[in-house]
Amino acid sequence: MPFGLLKYGLSRRYPVERQLPPRPDLKPSYDVVIIGGGGHGLAAAYYLSRYHGITDVAVLDKGYLGGGNTARNTAIIRSNYLTPEGVAFYDESLRLFRGLSHELDFNILYSERGHLTLAHTDAAIRTSRWRAEVNTHLGVESRLVFPEEIARIEPTLNLSRATRYPVLGALYHVPGAVARHDAVAWGYAIRAAERGVELHPKTEVTAIEQTGGRVSAVVTDRGRIRCGAVIQAVAGMSSVVAKMAGFRLPIRSIPLQACVSQPLKPFLNTIVVSGSLHIYVSQSSRGELVMGSASDPYPLYSSRSSLEFAEGLMAHILELFPFLGEVKLMRQWAGVTDMTPDFAPVMGLSPLAGYYLDAGWGTWGFKATPACGLNMAALVATGEVPDRIAPFTLDRFADLRLLGEKGAASVGH
Amino acid sequence: MKILTCPLNGPRNIAEFSYGGEVTAMPDPNGCSDAEWADHLMMADNTAGIVREWWCHIASAYWFIAERNTVTDEIIRTYPASEVFKQRIDFDAPDGGGGR
Repeated sequence: MPFGLLKYGLSRRYPVERQLPPRPDLKPSYDVVIIGGGGHGLAAAYYLSRYHGITDVAVLDKGYLGGGNTARNTAIIRSNYLTPEGVAFYDESLRLFRGLSHELDFNILYSERGHLTLAHTDAAIRTSRWRAEVNTHLGVESRLVFPEEIARIEPTLNLSRATRYPVLGALYHVPGAVARHDAVAWGYAIRAAERGVELHPKTEVTAIEQTGGRVSAVVTDRGRIRCGAVIQAVAGMSSVVAKMAGFRLPIRSIPLQACVSQPLKPFLNTIVVSGSLHIYVSQSSRGELVMGSASDPYPLYSSRSSLEFAEGLMAHILELFPFLGEVKLMRQWAGVTDMTPDFAPVMGLSPLAGYYLDAGWGTWGFKATPACGLNMAALVATGEVPDRIAPFTLDRFADLRLLGEKGAASVGH
Repeated sequence: MKILTCPLNGPRNIAEFSYGGEVTAMPDPNGCSDAEWADHLMMADNTAGIVREWWCHIASAYWFIAERNTVTDEIIRTYPASEVFKQRIDFDAPDGGGGR
């Protein structure tokens, strides 16, 4: 075996297994064009090809596949939301995630950890109780726990009363999980490509053409392609792409920053979140602490990260885990998110016929990947909006039927 | 530390300010349709480029306008709102103030 390894190392030709096909030439026409080759776009392509027999599909991306917010999120999966519509949608996603490694025959490193949303105030206890009731009613395992039980679930957490914001209780969401976010995109891409879906990274959309109120073609920097339907799945740049299609969205592009520490031995059992301290932290399977904070205070189309973010985050992380004082940060970054007025996504029909929206993914996009892809594929294939995503229509903003998800969707309130 | 120059208080740390959204033309609240008003409340141009925005210096509760590039985060100019808004806007409802 050492000899074989040496021979491999000295060889000029490495037998690399290529899982994704090389980028083909663009055809003049496709049944479906998907703008955005992140987890969402690739999932929609996979479900279209796998369950609806629609394989004449091109997935376009300005950069590389899965290189946007799919690579920048903190990989948390949970369904402990506040509105019944949100809980049902994210729970479908969680159930799909559970079986996804099997479905794709590709290991996404899905790992159920449990999810603790700490409450430091009476108001936060009240919201936790509310969420626990809504979740339980819809069959989602969430319950209110108090310091004695929290100490058993997460022994290293600082539960001292002698802190600025002592922990009064927590919403314990047992199925909370993490997964390898890149693997989700790769798994969908590989299986979609096997069924004939064409993947076109490094292909930028420059214009969207319409005829008689219906989308007819997408113009790219590699040529013009006619199409029957388009899915826009470009969270972070949704307003810019929608403007090409001729309409505005209720979205502000706001950076969300995150960081990882150096790898440590496993000590953190769960995903720990605090709305009052504006932080969340989990430990990756490599041992790094994956940490994030509230959204930036103002809009920006840039993935720069800031010292203010790192300083503010660390002060609060150290309040919960004081023994991390000597641990170093390895990387910090940002992703540009689609923040909506009600902290819920926008999925479904758009003002342009044949043009379908998968947008409004603020800080809740990764965990929605499978359910969004599944329902968007069903929408494109049948032309009918599935009940699951009907409440997330763009029209809700004109009708003032908002889905107030702020209390459960973010740590920045 | 990023510096924003307040027209009233001079250059200050941007952490002292609160962002207030794009400066947009408000439709006439007494004359516009529900759809126009909802559009004004909810929708945004969300431009990637130079945008005119409302900002507030929190400590002095002073609202002003900044022109900022939303791609590079460069602040081009800040000035008092009175440069744009010359007239007082009254919010009298048609029935004379909503009664009660």
